[in-house]
This record gives sequence, C-alpha cells and structure tokens, in this order.
Amino acid sequence: MIERIFGIDRRDILKSAGAIAVAGLVPSSALATPETMTSAIEKALAGKVAKPGRIKLEISPLAENGNSVPLTISVESPMTANDHVKTIYMFAPENPQPDMVRFHLGPRSGRARVQTSVRLATTQRLQAIAVMSDGSAWTDSADVIVTMSACLDAG
Amino acid sequence: MRTARIVMPKSARKGDVIEIKTLVTHPMETGYRRDDMGKAIPRDIIKLLTVTYGGEEIFRMDMFPGTAANPFAAFTTIATETGELVFTWTDDKGEPSVEKVTLTVT
Repeated sequence: MIERIFGIDRRDILKSAGAIAVAGLVPSSALATPETMTSAIEKALAGKVAKPGRIKLEISPLAENGNSVPLTISVESPMTANDHVKTIYMFAPENPQPDMVRFHLGPRSGRARVQTSVRLATTQRLQAIAVMSDGSAWTDSADVIVTMSACLDAG
Repeated sequence: MRTARIVMPKSARKGDVIEIKTLVTHPMETGYRRDDMGKAIPRDIIKLLTVTYGGEEIFRMDMFPGTAANPFAAFTTIATETGELVFTWTDDKGEPSVEKVTLTVT
C-alpha cells in the first residue's frame, strides 16, 4: 500500500505535472481557506468544544473518483427524548465550500446512523461533528486520498 | 421531472427501528464549473430533504454543493403507528418533489 502511494515513476511525475498545470487554472477563490473551514466549524459548535469519541466516520481511505464518495456516520447515543443526537455536520476543508452535508436527528430516529455520498475536490482530512441534546459535541476525522477530483472541471 | 426512489419496509412491528434509503435524480450543479466556452454554469442543487411521519418531522438533511449528484441518504426511524411518511426535496428553484409511503405497524 505504502509503496503504491509513494512509489514514484516517470509516468507519475508526468501525471502530477499535469495535475499542477490543471490546479493552476482553478481560481483561488474557488478553494476554501483555513479561515472559512474554521468559521464553518465555529458556527456549528456555537462556542462548544468538540471532543474526540462517540462519533465514528467511515469512508474509504482511497477514492478513485471524487464525484461520489460514500460515507457512513454513526454516533453512540441512546436516542431517547432526554439524550439524543441533534445534528451531525460533515466538513471538507479542501473543498470550495467546507460544508458538505448536515443531518438533523431526534428521539424518533431510534439509532444515530446515517449514510450519504459526497464530492471531494482533492485529497484531504474530512471531519464529522455531532452535537447532542445535552449540548456536548463530539468529533471524528478521516483521511481520504482522491485520485480524480470533483467539482471544478466542466465535462 | 425528477424521479425519487425510496427503499423501506412496507410493514414493521411497533417499536422496531427501520432503515430508510432514499435517492433522487438531480445534477447537483455546484456553481463552480464552467462550460466549454468558459461561461459559469449556474448553481442548481437540492438544498433540503425533510421526512415527516404521521405529520411529525423525523429527519432533515441540509445539502450543499459538496453533496454528490443524485443525492442519497440512509437513516432510521422507530415504527410507532400506521401512518404516512412524506419525503420532500427542495431545490434552489424552490420547487419541491414529494413522495409518500405508507408504513403499516402491527
């Protein structure tokens, strides 16, 4: 696996040179800055601090095509009226817009487990945040390597 | 017109947690792409999916350009009573698509 990722040959160098040339054409305004990512997370947390644990983000570590990457998010919660997951946020720091999708759950959900498919502009570390009914927030992240980008090219 | 697919059990026992899968055809045009002539392709995405069960909201999903085309969602709900689940997708044009499924609870 490591050899496959880091093993560089002539063809890879040509490909990455092409990728850099293409990346140069992307307007810089179309990529999220660390500030927009931070502000999106701050907005979601509203002053709270997200701790690691309770939430699990499952996604393939290698996505050949960034146009549609399936993911599963599950949160440990009894999902009762007094103790349930209220909102699950999904962020992609290297996408043009860090917000990807947001789920609103409640005691009638029964279980806190959701699935969807997202677009990834490039290789990055995704972050999921769950905000609970008691106000606590939990987070998990996952690295995804994207070989073919989504979002920015026509066609 | 969009087509929506909903996969869920037709009936369930009271108290069971059932899984619901939904998919709706939609390009989810991000607004970041340009056509062959270099002209920006306007954004056109589904922003919202809401699901009510017996008139009460049980699930809501906010979508962004980062949500893949033909948005898919899988989630769960507790079978409480026989009733109708109403799925509503709303896009940037404000045009809702509505699908209804009846769940029989025994």
